[in-house]
Amino acid sequence: MDVLQNYLVVAAILFVLGIYGVMTRRNGIAVLMGIELILNAANLNFVAFARFGGMNLSGHIFALFVIIMAAAEAAVALAIIINLYNHFRTINVDEAGKLRR
Amino acid sequence: MTTIIFWIFVLFTVVSAFKVVHSHNLIYAALSLLLTLFGVTALYVFLWADFLAGVQIVVYIGGILILLLFGIMLTHKITSIQITQLNMQRGVAGASALGILIILLWMIFRTPWFTMTSSEPLGTVREIGILLMSDYLLPFEVASVLLLAALIGAAMLSRKTE
Repeated sequence: MDVLQNYLVVAAILFVLGIYGVMTRRNGIAVLMGIELILNAANLNFVAFARFGGMNLSGHIFALFVIIMAAAEAAVALAIIINLYNHFRTINVDEAGKLRR
Repeated sequence: MTTIIFWIFVLFTVVSAFKVVHSHNLIYAALSLLLTLFGVTALYVFLWADFLAGVQIVVYIGGILILLLFGIMLTHKITSIQITQLNMQRGVAGASALGILIILLWMIFRTPWFTMTSSEPLGTVREIGILLMSDYLLPFEVASVLLLAALIGAAMLSRKTE
């Protein structure tokens, strides 16, 4: 548990699973869950490098801003998805390919 | 003992993240995402990031996950039979994800990482507060404006247009 590589491997696995989810899911909200996984992987990397780079807290600040951005992104994306549902009656991203009705 | 707990949490995180991208029911995927976020929080605690662990619980689990569950319940017919949640790109996506993973692992184990030994701090809240109010004051204020803009934007987008 005191080795940097362990954390980097966990973050890499989370990142790859997130990429896989974004590419394969049809539901818009599930795509969003993949994005959350990717952001968590990036955060884990920031905090791991902060811990093993002499406890430099700038990494923590970056992770904090990533969390803020994820909150804003989730709110706006869900508003867009609910709008999409009201227009098309579906949130499958490959069926909702048009910008107009 | 701590090492065993660490590996249990790592396994927990990875397995539940796998469930997030693989489960057929979206509610199960959201609940697996809860477990993943909790596992990442535990890893933050192992990395001495106590403040970030608290923020992760409050913002991700208390905020974003609840928002996702609301979104699922507002748009998803739970009673409807879904044949598959995945689209036709499963093979391509799996191959490219595996390729990225192999490249990342190769990079992680080949690089001679520079690490410094440091002692465990007595909590990080004080230092983070000082940094936010000195070096990172402008990003902090910009983040508040961003949150306000996201709030107004989300409210405007989801309002019924008459």
